[in-house]
Amino acid sequence: MNLSEVFRRCKPLIVYICAGDPSPDETVEIAERIVRAGADVLELGLPHSDPIADGPVIQAASQRAIAAGMNTDLYFDIASRIDGVPKVFMGYYNMVYRRGLDRFASDCKASGICGMIVPDLPVEESRPLREAASRHGIDLINMIAPNTPDKRILEIISLSSGFVYLVARSGVTGASADLQESTRHLIERVPPVIPRAVGFGVSRPEHAAELVRAGADGVIVGSACVDLIGRSELDQLEDLIRRMKRAMTEVSVKSAASIRQS
Amino acid sequence: MDEISCEVRFGRYGGRFVPETLVQPLVELAEAFERLRADPEFSGELSKLMRDFAGRPTPLYRAENLSRAIGRDVYLKREDLLHGGAHKINNTLGQGLLAKYMKKKRLIAETGAGQHGVATAIVGALLGFETEIYMGEVDIERQRMNVYRMELLGARVIPVRSGSRTLKDAINEALRDWAASYESTHYLLGTVAGPHPYPSIVREFQRVIGDETKSQILAEEKRLPDSIVACVGGGSNAMGIFTPFIEDDVRLIAVEAGGRGQGMGTHSAEHGASLAFGDPGVLHGAMTKILQDPYGQILESYSIAAGLDYPGVGPELAHLVETGRVETATAGDKTAIMGFKALSKLEGIIPALESAHAVGYAIEHPEMLGELSVINISGRGDKDLHTVIAYESV
Repeated sequence: MNLSEVFRRCKPLIVYICAGDPSPDETVEIAERIVRAGADVLELGLPHSDPIADGPVIQAASQRAIAAGMNTDLYFDIASRIDGVPKVFMGYYNMVYRRGLDRFASDCKASGICGMIVPDLPVEESRPLREAASRHGIDLINMIAPNTPDKRILEIISLSSGFVYLVARSGVTGASADLQESTRHLIERVPPVIPRAVGFGVSRPEHAAELVRAGADGVIVGSACVDLIGRSELDQLEDLIRRMKRAMTEVSVKSAASIRQS
Repeated sequence: MDEISCEVRFGRYGGRFVPETLVQPLVELAEAFERLRADPEFSGELSKLMRDFAGRPTPLYRAENLSRAIGRDVYLKREDLLHGGAHKINNTLGQGLLAKYMKKKRLIAETGAGQHGVATAIVGALLGFETEIYMGEVDIERQRMNVYRMELLGARVIPVRSGSRTLKDAINEALRDWAASYESTHYLLGTVAGPHPYPSIVREFQRVIGDETKSQILAEEKRLPDSIVACVGGGSNAMGIFTPFIEDDVRLIAVEAGGRGQGMGTHSAEHGASLAFGDPGVLHGAMTKILQDPYGQILESYSIAAGLDYPGVGPELAHLVETGRVETATAGDKTAIMGFKALSKLEGIIPALESAHAVGYAIEHPEMLGELSVINISGRGDKDLHTVIAYESV
């Protein structure tokens, strides 16, 4: 199933984990539990030594994974062993560039990955990777931030496939207590010509529900899950995902019902 | 939109590889810089500060004793005489004033050994900014005195506990801070590395070194030097002195830290020679030459001189080396210590251990210098005495 199909079927819950954290062997099992709990898309992170877009939780996970021997070869090996869920690559550009853009995209394809998120690759720099990804039928997912001007949003959308990743707030990844008004405003500013998934700071079921109510087509949760993995609380991880998915579905069902009534 | 304009690239190097949140702040910074460098009020104020506060122009000194010792005419560009003790103040004054004109309230900066942190704290105090300096926990331990200096100047030093807890992680942390604080805050990057427009901004604020050198050597010798030697960590003092000579028939020699040798371990290299031994890749927002493992993880670098201990290098230098305009050389710890002592004894000038790499290289390779050479003494060595004492006692 490709990403467009996923967004046609539902408003997906996209769950990020850092591959290799706490160890390469455990990642496949953790991914399976996440899928069982209701994640619609798995965003599988390739750890990097210098993750400039990430907050302390994902930094720590990346360091644990690298220390446990994680590398790009193991990454694709792990990815190909995870079934039953659409998978998206998330990782920093140097890791992709070092392997070779075409080889990287081809390895994604071979291991069942259908999209790529590269947080330090803004659109101006993305053409070589976009072309490589497109040769292998992989979506390159662009990000849009609260400070992205309207004109640039339109340009980013015109160069996007799969979905666009709306960054809910400025700063880096990491849980936050509340969603900001600026997030709602950002969703309104991005025309719904391509699915819009929102991430950064999403950590609770009520956040996910609120985002769906605000018009998000999908919700991305990362640090909250990575934090639980770091504390080996895998039952709580499953529980969080289940509650998030339920909260999102309830909103969707209610809004569908209200549309029928009106 | 699809391709950024060519002046942000240096051949295949440079660019702006940053999270989307940082694109807009960088665009605004580039626009402000272009506007203000043409503004007579801004440049007037900066020149005045450079002269009255920092102590420019610095002398170009004919080092008679060193010249006699190596059989070449050698001049020293005395950036060590600047306020703060190094060339770093050229850039911090420039960017600090830029931030003031941009109506920012707060400065953040990264620092390794503390020199750029101190130069930023000085400007923060002078121009009335709230100043916060990111510094790796390991470096804080190694550089207690500079931590105290920064605090004395009113800055807050924030320990960085992520990654290798050194300079590269301090830059990561400053970038993360800026992604959330750009509206009120200017990120005062200390070298010609990082995303566009930093390599160009820092070069333009540092090129005063080369501009002065050119007119001084022409006044003294009625000709240009055969060679200019500068040490390279990130590359700001080298780009500063090289830039006005790029079109001239002058040999430009970039001396990198050879450290303990050419080896590379799993997570670390034994040197800081990204130009000589690095491969193309993206670090801190720019495509440049970096020290990395076969998968693209960044290696920790090593040098006895903290200011050369960086696994990347300015993208323009990477380009100038690739085109053959700038030559690279390495000088190890041993050579640097020799240069440190030799210049102290011969000329009564204690150079920074960073600059001592250039001095040591020149002493070991007089045949590379031609008849007339300029060595950039980018800073003074008082800060390094404890390092040299420790090195001696091993």
